[in-house]
Amino acid sequence: MSSDVVPPVDASASAPPIVARAPGLDDRFGRLEIVFWLLAIAPLLVLPDYLVLASQVLIAALFALSLDLILGYAGIVSLGHAAFFGVGAYVAGLLSVRGHAEPLSGLVVAALASGVVGFCTSFLVVGGHGLTRLMVTLAVGLSLHEAANQASSVTGGTDGLSGMETSDLLSLLPFDMLGKTAYLYVLGVCFVVFLLVRRLVHSPFGLSLRGIRENERRMHALGAPVQRRLIEVYTLAAALAGVAGALSAQTTEFVGLETLGFDRSAGALVMLVLGGAGRLYGAFVGSCLFMLLQSVFSDIHPAYWQFWMGCLVMLIAFFARGGILGYASDMLMRLRERRALSAAAPAARTRA
Amino acid sequence: MASFFGIVFDGVAYGSLLFLISIGLSVTMGLMNIVNLAHGAFAMFGGYLSVWLSARGVPFLVTLPLCFVALGLAGAGCERVFYQRLRRRSQLDQVLFTIGLTFVAVASAMLVWGPVEQRVELPGALRGQLQVLGVGLGAYRAFLIALVAVLSIGLVLLVEKTTFGARVRASVDNESVSAGLGIPVDRVFCLTFAFGSGLAGLGGALSIDVLGLEPTFALKYLVYFLLVVSVGGAGSLGGTAVASLVLGSFDVAGKYYVPEVGAFIIYGLMIVLLLVFPAGLYGRRA
Repeated sequence: MSSDVVPPVDASASAPPIVARAPGLDDRFGRLEIVFWLLAIAPLLVLPDYLVLASQVLIAALFALSLDLILGYAGIVSLGHAAFFGVGAYVAGLLSVRGHAEPLSGLVVAALASGVVGFCTSFLVVGGHGLTRLMVTLAVGLSLHEAANQASSVTGGTDGLSGMETSDLLSLLPFDMLGKTAYLYVLGVCFVVFLLVRRLVHSPFGLSLRGIRENERRMHALGAPVQRRLIEVYTLAAALAGVAGALSAQTTEFVGLETLGFDRSAGALVMLVLGGAGRLYGAFVGSCLFMLLQSVFSDIHPAYWQFWMGCLVMLIAFFARGGILGYASDMLMRLRERRALSAAAPAARTRA
Repeated sequence: MASFFGIVFDGVAYGSLLFLISIGLSVTMGLMNIVNLAHGAFAMFGGYLSVWLSARGVPFLVTLPLCFVALGLAGAGCERVFYQRLRRRSQLDQVLFTIGLTFVAVASAMLVWGPVEQRVELPGALRGQLQVLGVGLGAYRAFLIALVAVLSIGLVLLVEKTTFGARVRASVDNESVSAGLGIPVDRVFCLTFAFGSGLAGLGGALSIDVLGLEPTFALKYLVYFLLVVSVGGAGSLGGTAVASLVLGSFDVAGKYYVPEVGAFIIYGLMIVLLLVFPAGLYGRRA
């Protein structure tokens, strides 16, 4: 198509870029992204009664985001990601119970601990393929759940770990009953982690992960260190899941066995796929919708929620494989195509 | 020594139950390449059907073949409607869909039968104990072992000696060549899936007295079935049998001798076995 047919879409295109970047590496903040993060601040002003729920949504989103790194970008299907959420939660909880109540350092220690667990188990996960890999993630999750259950003298077993106290944030902001500080804290941590993940997936590292997801053998042949990349991203995702777990422990001041449970692993998977895997924001969109539906349906009957969630998941698996964001971007693309066509049509007519 | 014998016996009984339920899953995974996390739900509904029929005066032993037939039909229906379409999808799609199906099954069982554990009335002959070499063995468990042994021989004959079995083996080995040779691969898949689901339903009915039946059954024991399949090697009859017996015995022995370690034995054993045999003990695909 010659240039006179297509109207100039991007003003910056007129100034030729000095360094051509691969399309996957472009990481400028879009307008929609800025709107999104402004919206995330809104609950502080608009929904002061729902801040506790909003914090939980953000924590779930952060957890799903960590899963997005390995599932959406590296293509590892995990059924035991909650293992790292749980390790983070228990480490933060135990630190606080044993007298170290400062939240930020607790967060760092929790991230390190779950990162170490992730690193150690990554060799098991990366070594296998297909069903074997799936089963190893499941087995790791289940064994940690069982470990926390057996070590009840340390973890409180089925009763959970209580008696936590979180000291003031930065020695300035006490955690209040309404959850204002907690929300600010969670939002801040979420944003920082998000920036990190965003930078990462737009880096050559992220690009090589996507290559591995699409075709592991070809990446091997291209000389990419496939095993090492997968171990690195698995460890990182584990550490970030640990951050989410620690946030959950610190803001609710309670850690239960369900932080390590299969339901949490499966829930994160569902949230991520509902929003759209491999899109960063899918984790946030999915967890918002998931938690909203959950709170509505669970009020009627817990089994109702499970029933309708199951139906929803089956529908997604069959029809909406890109999740909500995938569907939206498809629609947007189609709209743009139509607009470009209708803009091109009169020009073509005048030429004829 | 006597107690050791008893534990081995219980382990074998548990293992045969695992085998009966898992064999369908193993064949589904090996033959159709589908990760079917909803397999436990078929077993669970077999159990509930048996309880429901028993409550209406049908003797327990009569409910067993009925469960096999009913769940087999249900499996055939599901294969036509859902699983057939899932075969060419990614592993993630299969995992998601079958997790969704499991959630729906668990929630339905919860809504219909409630969270209480169900019981069945066993016939008199299967209650109590048998005295063998001075060791008291549960009569029901002996019945279980005998029944599964007979069924396994039947299965081996079916797979090794019949045309249908030859078609199944051919389709597992190479689907496209089999189809090219005129084997109706689609029908073989459907029948095999139905048969596996039927066996799962039968196993679910038989397991009420051993494992207990409640709505979470579908998820709780799914892990064991998946373990058996991944350790035994998907699609392998012998591998599934060996893996079931090994895992069953270790689980029972572990819970008896070192209760504080509990379920670790089984998870640890699985991780070790998977590391040593990544494609399962008798894996067809390396």
